[in-house]
Amino acid sequence: MAFHGGAFLKEGIMHQNVTITDVVKRYGDFAAVDHISLTVKPGEFFTLLGPSGCGKTTLLRMIAGFNKIDEGKISFDDTVINDIPAFKRGIGMVFQNYAIFPHLTVYDNVAYGLKAHKIPKEEIPDKVERALDLMQIKDLKDRKPAEMSGGQQQRIALARAIVIEPDVLLMDEPLSNLDAKLRITMRWEIKKLQRRLGITTIYVTHDQQEALAISDRIAVMKGGHLMQIGTPKDIYMKPENPFVAGFIGISNFLSCMVEKSPDPKQTKGILEEKFPVTLPLKKPFEGKVLVSVRPEQCYFHGHEGLNGTISLATFLGDFISYEVTLGDGKVIQVNEYTKETHELRKVDDKVYVQFIPEAVTIYDAASGEVLSC
Amino acid sequence: MLKERRAPDFWSVSRLLILCIVLIFLVYPFSSLIYQSFFTPKTKGPTMANYKDFFSLPYYYTTLFHSLNVSLIAMLTSLVLGLPLAYLMTRYNVWGRNVLHVLIIMSLMSPPFIGAYSWILLFGRSGFLTKLLSKIGVVVPTIYGKGGIIMVFTLMLYPYIYLYVSGAMSNIDKSLEEAAENLGSSKFRRIMTVTLPVILPSIASGAVVVFMTALADFGTPMLLGEGYKVLPVMIYEEYMSEMGGNANLASSISVIVVACSSLVLFLQKLLVANRNYVMTSMRPPEVIKLKGWRRFLATLPVILVVFVSIMPQVVVIITSFIKTRGPIFVKGFSLNSYQSILSRLSQPIRNTFVYSLVAIVLIVILGMVISYLIVRKKGKIGTLLDYLVMFPYVIPGSVLGISLLVAFNHKPIILTGTALIIIISFVIRKMPFTVRSSSAFLLQMDPSVEEASINLGVSPMRTFFKITARLMAPGVISGAVLSWITCINELSSSIMLYTGKTATISVTIYTEVVRNSYGTAAALASILSITTAISLLIFMKISKGKVSVV
Repeated sequence: MAFHGGAFLKEGIMHQNVTITDVVKRYGDFAAVDHISLTVKPGEFFTLLGPSGCGKTTLLRMIAGFNKIDEGKISFDDTVINDIPAFKRGIGMVFQNYAIFPHLTVYDNVAYGLKAHKIPKEEIPDKVERALDLMQIKDLKDRKPAEMSGGQQQRIALARAIVIEPDVLLMDEPLSNLDAKLRITMRWEIKKLQRRLGITTIYVTHDQQEALAISDRIAVMKGGHLMQIGTPKDIYMKPENPFVAGFIGISNFLSCMVEKSPDPKQTKGILEEKFPVTLPLKKPFEGKVLVSVRPEQCYFHGHEGLNGTISLATFLGDFISYEVTLGDGKVIQVNEYTKETHELRKVDDKVYVQFIPEAVTIYDAASGEVLSC
Repeated sequence: MLKERRAPDFWSVSRLLILCIVLIFLVYPFSSLIYQSFFTPKTKGPTMANYKDFFSLPYYYTTLFHSLNVSLIAMLTSLVLGLPLAYLMTRYNVWGRNVLHVLIIMSLMSPPFIGAYSWILLFGRSGFLTKLLSKIGVVVPTIYGKGGIIMVFTLMLYPYIYLYVSGAMSNIDKSLEEAAENLGSSKFRRIMTVTLPVILPSIASGAVVVFMTALADFGTPMLLGEGYKVLPVMIYEEYMSEMGGNANLASSISVIVVACSSLVLFLQKLLVANRNYVMTSMRPPEVIKLKGWRRFLATLPVILVVFVSIMPQVVVIITSFIKTRGPIFVKGFSLNSYQSILSRLSQPIRNTFVYSLVAIVLIVILGMVISYLIVRKKGKIGTLLDYLVMFPYVIPGSVLGISLLVAFNHKPIILTGTALIIIISFVIRKMPFTVRSSSAFLLQMDPSVEEASINLGVSPMRTFFKITARLMAPGVISGAVLSWITCINELSSSIMLYTGKTATISVTIYTEVVRNSYGTAAALASILSITTAISLLIFMKISKGKVSVV
């Protein structure tokens, strides 16, 4: 595999794209990764996101060479890597639990890959120093990793992965073992580092906020299948199916019976079996639809809308989150921003909930197809 | 990029190699044993005659009853001794806990027949105390026969119960008992409904080990049994008998012994199935701090048991310094027992250390690779290896000895009478210690550390030597020390395999005792005891309590 010994950490090197074509990983009869195809562009920060067991880590390990590719192929630019053993792929990888060599000093941990790649001896100290410097752990150089904090170990792992100047960097939930505050700091550091090195990065996480914050594009996975690929904004604003709508952020799902109308933009329907609404659809449709409404797309109206009672009010600083129990027992979430209102509603208050029909996503209840414009 | 030809990778080659070794030196001998058990010297073709003889002639089948009888009773008496001891040692601030703990392990790791031998020295027909007491008119009950065997077994094997149970007791999370207390359980109810069920798997494991060790033991019943014959002794006599031994009958008896221990192991698995509780002991139970006479009362039983069980080794060491004239002890102390082993018996000492050392080197190399294959390269062959390699653990030494004999006393491979066959028996029988403790370390090691190395461009083979081997070293070394201790003390297989030139210390002690040369036997036994004690201290230093001796 190409390992370029060029100037280390030169910014904006052209990195490779990663093309995954129809790959399958099976464990017995169970397909952990089921015919997935996607392309990661050179220099892109690409995230595989999904609940545990969705196949994201399996796919990442197939790219790394730790899981065999049962079907399909994976290539870097034009090179198919299926049959290249893991140790010859020249990919950088950061592991969930850091996988620092406990018997080696920080310096030796970082130098390990350079020695394996037969970098001339005299160049090694310089490269290690610069990697340590970049990760701001220069003063830990001669220490053993055993007594170090999770954050420090994470930095060592990063330095060790980037020092070999890999074509592609893989990260397997690298922040999941850190505490909440450090996770956010490291998130930014990883993002900035990746920008600076321009290295093609594939990142695995189950944390949707992290994925939204860090990625150029996200692939949402479920049960070995791809559910949607898109920018964080697309994924959040235009979820292509109810699963993505429910998994990314919070969505209230309301059922609605609609009638065919000559102008689909003015489709009439009955929401939750009693509240008449007009929904903008992209094509004529008749039957049951699913309306997915974000809590922040809802608002309270004086006397019209879905009626219910407040069953829980949570004050969260910048907004207040209300749990509203509708007449039929369904529970939805409604957010009110404190900069817009200072009034705190009380539990058992009767309320009317409305939403902006143009903002919501509407699905065919049977097929999951997107019907909103 | 060129599509490269896949070189046969390191682990596939190792797997194949290990499988061959296991097939030749483990599967082949045991298959030969089973095969031989269906033949007799007189008849042609396979026959059930041996088994028919065994189960119809009282001379044979009574030994089966004897074996089961002493093993079962020894198991119960060991429980009676071991359980309270474990409870006292884990729950109360017994005086000198650490020293007592080490002494208990030492009495377990003593050469297997030293107990018997030392009790003979004290209470045998011409024992020191027998003579002393008979002068004042006290007649000691006989040490020979069933009672003596059971007593020696108990004092030698209760440490298994103690170690298994105290290990489990100190792993119980304190909050478990607190929860029971909080829910309104009395102390007795708590022990019966929470503590006991949770440690039951450990009790069962300990009891089974006691039973199987007792069933397999050769030295003790050989020295003490006299008329009371058990299976391992019968195997030895059938095979070695100067009237023309019967290897076929010995083989069938061996198969019956293995069937017995497998059955017991199976019953234990059945009992423990679905009752293994994974315990993450966040807060180990507190040690209750007793004061004054209460503390004394808690300590006294422990000290008594430990004193009686460690006494054989002390007696043997003292005996080794008693002046002798020929085989007879006389008044005063001297080093003449040691002088006579130096002039006459230095060969067995050299043999013991050379054979054990060679065996340990092989055990370490094979053990590391095997445990890696078992833990990391799962799949059918890994599981098969796991079973095969652990199999000798449940096999009495005499059975292993006889299967090696029947397998390698004819073409294509003739090894009988060589040093190699003894080394092979050491490797096969003592490997499980190293494999188990290496596997334990490997299981705790995160595989992503190895993956990180591979990912950084180091091949799987070099990763194994640069990273994995280094990190599992403490586990390997601890296991190897245990293998070493049991190698130098091995008697039951060596006694079948040795010839004059390849005798080991254990074998020589046995032959010296048979010749009534008690002084030299004691001196040899002391050498073993001291070497064992030193090795054990090294083990504890290295393993730092992470690897259990059981």
